[in-house]
Amino acid sequence: MASAAKKLIMDPFSDNNPITVQVLGICSALAVTVKVDTAIVMTLALTSVLTLSNLIISLLRNVIPSGIRMIVEMAVIASLVIIADQLLRAYLFDISKQLSVFVGLIITNCIVMGRAEAFALQNPPKDSLLDGLGNGLGYGIILIAVASIREFLGFGSWLGFKALPENYMGNGLVLLAPGAFIILGLLIWGQRTISKYVEE
Amino acid sequence: MEYLNLAIKAIFVENILLAFFLGMCSFLACSKKVDTAIGLGFAVIFVLTITVPANWAIHHFLLAPGALAWVHSSFATLDLSFLNFICFIATIASMVQLVEMILDKFFPKLYHALGIFLPLITVNCAILGGSLFMVEREYTALESTVYGFSSGIGWLLAIAAMAAIRKKLRYSHLPDGLKGLGITMIMTGLMAMAFMCFSGINL
Repeated sequence: MASAAKKLIMDPFSDNNPITVQVLGICSALAVTVKVDTAIVMTLALTSVLTLSNLIISLLRNVIPSGIRMIVEMAVIASLVIIADQLLRAYLFDISKQLSVFVGLIITNCIVMGRAEAFALQNPPKDSLLDGLGNGLGYGIILIAVASIREFLGFGSWLGFKALPENYMGNGLVLLAPGAFIILGLLIWGQRTISKYVEE
Repeated sequence: MEYLNLAIKAIFVENILLAFFLGMCSFLACSKKVDTAIGLGFAVIFVLTITVPANWAIHHFLLAPGALAWVHSSFATLDLSFLNFICFIATIASMVQLVEMILDKFFPKLYHALGIFLPLITVNCAILGGSLFMVEREYTALESTVYGFSSGIGWLLAIAAMAAIRKKLRYSHLPDGLKGLGITMIMTGLMAMAFMCFSGINL
């Protein structure tokens, strides 16, 4: 793979991670991470919406008048999210029920809008596609990390399989909202210490 | 009385930010200064109070299964609820635009105080989230107005408190990686824990 393309995909994993460095898309990172399976489904939904919206907006970038670009972006993103939501309801109804409003909230997920504004509007379709894919997966990696910790400590299992002995009681706090905030805060600390990123 | 209960529930027990994580992006970005945090908080209350009932009307009279029966009886089986997302976001965007124009004309002072925050509210997930919860929980018209208003107040409380805490945090010595976002997340976690005390209240 060409090094420029590789950089587009690999950068969002650590140095320019959408959640821990760019601070985008935090809401869903916290809400859907009680279990690993919901986190994986959410990652797939967001990555496909993000990749396709980046591709479509990049293809349209020369015909969108700059005054109404937000509305055009919103329309593209909202239509893609409707498709994703209908597909989830058709094939993964249980998980779609657990994700509840958070599939719909992909529309206002700042990652999708942010990448469309910051990248897809200036770059050719191929690069935008890779950027969308990279950012989606970078988001997914944090999501799955948070979900793994929460499911492991909260239920003593991983992806539904028992990982700890039967008599493990399960820690209720990590399943509730405060646990999510604190685990994500600690992950951000760890990630930023490794990548040596300092916020002023 | 039940409306008061709903309001208390939306403000404290099920705070839209601390229990449902909605509106985190603007919460993190705009909680550096107390003034801007409070300005944004009021803008959110304002927009939520208008958009939740507006979206209720759209959902109830146009999009819900069988809602179009009032137009013609042959529409009674029509289910347009898959159009919810796109209609809600369009309503929110146009409402924000409308609010902006009205404020500019009649309350120029408030308009200048809110500045950039009004347009940003369109992409605040708390606003869309409010409307989506309204559909999921099947609120009535009055309930959705109360719900919109009080979840806005809950959001204002959370962001104002966080702005005050971050002001103090600026003078503390932290490890490099924890500065900024890291410590803010952990503080939010502690705040969420404090708000969980309210869940013991029986309503």
